[in-house]
Amino acid sequence: MSAAEALAPAPPAARPRSRAWRRFRRHRLALFGAAAIVVMVIAAAAGPWLIPFDPLHIDLRHRFQPPAGGGHLFGTDQLGRDLLIRLLMAGRISLTIGFAAMTVSTAFGTVVGITAGYYGGALRIALMRFVDAVLCFPQIFLLLVLAAFIQPSIATLTLIIGATSWMEVARVVEGQVRSLRERDFILAAETLGASGRYVMFRELLPNAIGPIIVAATLTVARAILMEAYVSFLGYGIQPPMASWGNMLNNAQEYLASAPWLAIFPGAAITLAVASFNFVGDGLRDALDARLDLH
Amino acid sequence: MAQEPLLEVSHLSVTFATENGPLPAVRDVSFRLSAGETLALVGESGSGKSVASLALMRLVPPAPRVSLGGSAHFCAADGSRHDLLALAPDAMRRLRGNEISMIFQEPMTSLNPVHRIGEQIAEAIIFHQGASHRAALARAGELLEKVGIPDAHRRLSAFPHHLSGGMRQRVMIAMALACTPRVLIADEPTTALDVTVQAQILELLKELQHANGMAVVFITHNLGVVAEIADRVMVMYAGLIVEEGAMVPVMTRPRMPYTRGLLHSVPRIDPETLGSAPLTAIPGTVPDPLHLPPGCAFAPRCAHAEPACAAAPPPLEPAGEGRLVRCRRWRALAEAPA
Repeated sequence: MSAAEALAPAPPAARPRSRAWRRFRRHRLALFGAAAIVVMVIAAAAGPWLIPFDPLHIDLRHRFQPPAGGGHLFGTDQLGRDLLIRLLMAGRISLTIGFAAMTVSTAFGTVVGITAGYYGGALRIALMRFVDAVLCFPQIFLLLVLAAFIQPSIATLTLIIGATSWMEVARVVEGQVRSLRERDFILAAETLGASGRYVMFRELLPNAIGPIIVAATLTVARAILMEAYVSFLGYGIQPPMASWGNMLNNAQEYLASAPWLAIFPGAAITLAVASFNFVGDGLRDALDARLDLH
Repeated sequence: MAQEPLLEVSHLSVTFATENGPLPAVRDVSFRLSAGETLALVGESGSGKSVASLALMRLVPPAPRVSLGGSAHFCAADGSRHDLLALAPDAMRRLRGNEISMIFQEPMTSLNPVHRIGEQIAEAIIFHQGASHRAALARAGELLEKVGIPDAHRRLSAFPHHLSGGMRQRVMIAMALACTPRVLIADEPTTALDVTVQAQILELLKELQHANGMAVVFITHNLGVVAEIADRVMVMYAGLIVEEGAMVPVMTRPRMPYTRGLLHSVPRIDPETLGSAPLTAIPGTVPDPLHLPPGCAFAPRCAHAEPACAAAPPPLEPAGEGRLVRCRRWRALAEAPA
């Protein structure tokens, strides 16, 4: 008897990926967030080419133009600079820092978490207690102290934010790896002669990718917020370069007379952070392996 | 045995360090395995058969949680001999999956759900033979064909969840055989499969074994499977070998009461009445390895036990027909009807 009978051509089960996409689509806020992120990224990337103003051009005759006045859609600031173009230029910086800091912190957190989870024992205890220790510092003060000592630029801010936000990912990955490590297919890979590094990065990591993506998405939101804090407090992106945080800082003095100076950057931060959080939530529901079981 | 044994295990012991003291899972196990031979390792759950095989693969947790004793000399393809228990981790990793392979009981969970099966088979070939990805995939296709997966080359890109249990076990076998190992340890490879698939898998293993001269350690508690496949049988109880010998004498004229008990616990259909023949269970349970009885470990459950049995552990002694038995009463039992 051949194997053909044992293998009645089973209808291929829906790929996990497409099932995840179906669940994600059901999450309205996440879809909205994803759309908002796409719009923001495209606007920040392409918008400045379409707007006939220079973000640094000072025009003192047209200070404090209200929105839609004098050809300036979002108005002008205290130096007569076009607010929309500054908002988009700031968006480039904030989004870049958000994504770059997420990359740095996710990569570092993943390596720490997978090492701790795979090797276990004393190494795990040492690494995870270090994670706990770093978590004990209030992140914002750590950030400000670091920022006060280091010349602020996009690269240094990215590194500073990345260095203070990898712990969450490390914990998530460590927990995942610790449970995955006991699965049969890991033992099976080891009986085939797989090396430790292979097991960690080819066998364990792809199985832990869902929670890592969720944590990474939420980290983008947090990184954007962190950059805004630091720039608002004057340790981050320095004027005249615009960032959503330092635009808010500028706007403080004119809150009563020119509220739009605060409203637009504030709304931009809120929209960006909320969108990433929504997407993170949606992904968490979509990628939750437990929902896949039956 | 004129031939040099492929694997010679002597006095293997595996002891787990637990909070309640050392737990001896395997005690003083010795056996030889020659090329082309199938050794069945039989025993109840907890008798130490799986732990012994994982210890040979060096896949038990490292010291101090587990201590290994004895030696396991393995004759590699290049003629060099290695003690598997003393080999450096890197050298051991080069043997694993290459010269010694293992397949497990659970085909449903032994494949990584996120990789295509072709890739998973190819990896073993890439690890050990440094083959190119393309060559390894081509070889994976041949292997799948050899283990009887229809439409093998198209199946290379299937994910594990596309396959049934029997198919997955075939994939596991293909992975284990990818580098034509000299020894295959099969830890209850058919337990999770239904009977028809089980028969196919056993047939397949036999065929592949004849083709490659591979030696097989077949761990099972299914005595029907033993009769089907084994050349020799080793019965384990509480971490000890209690009876060892060629398959036919051990299965037809068991000397150790435990082996008899196991054979009587197999359900059979009585051809006369078409009802089931009386089934005798072995009373009691496997002793707690932390509190082993001072004498014969099986004495508390044994119908033939006498006071001397519980006093001192019996030796493993030759009992005719080339077999070894760990029972002080085997002579008396040899005359009594089974």
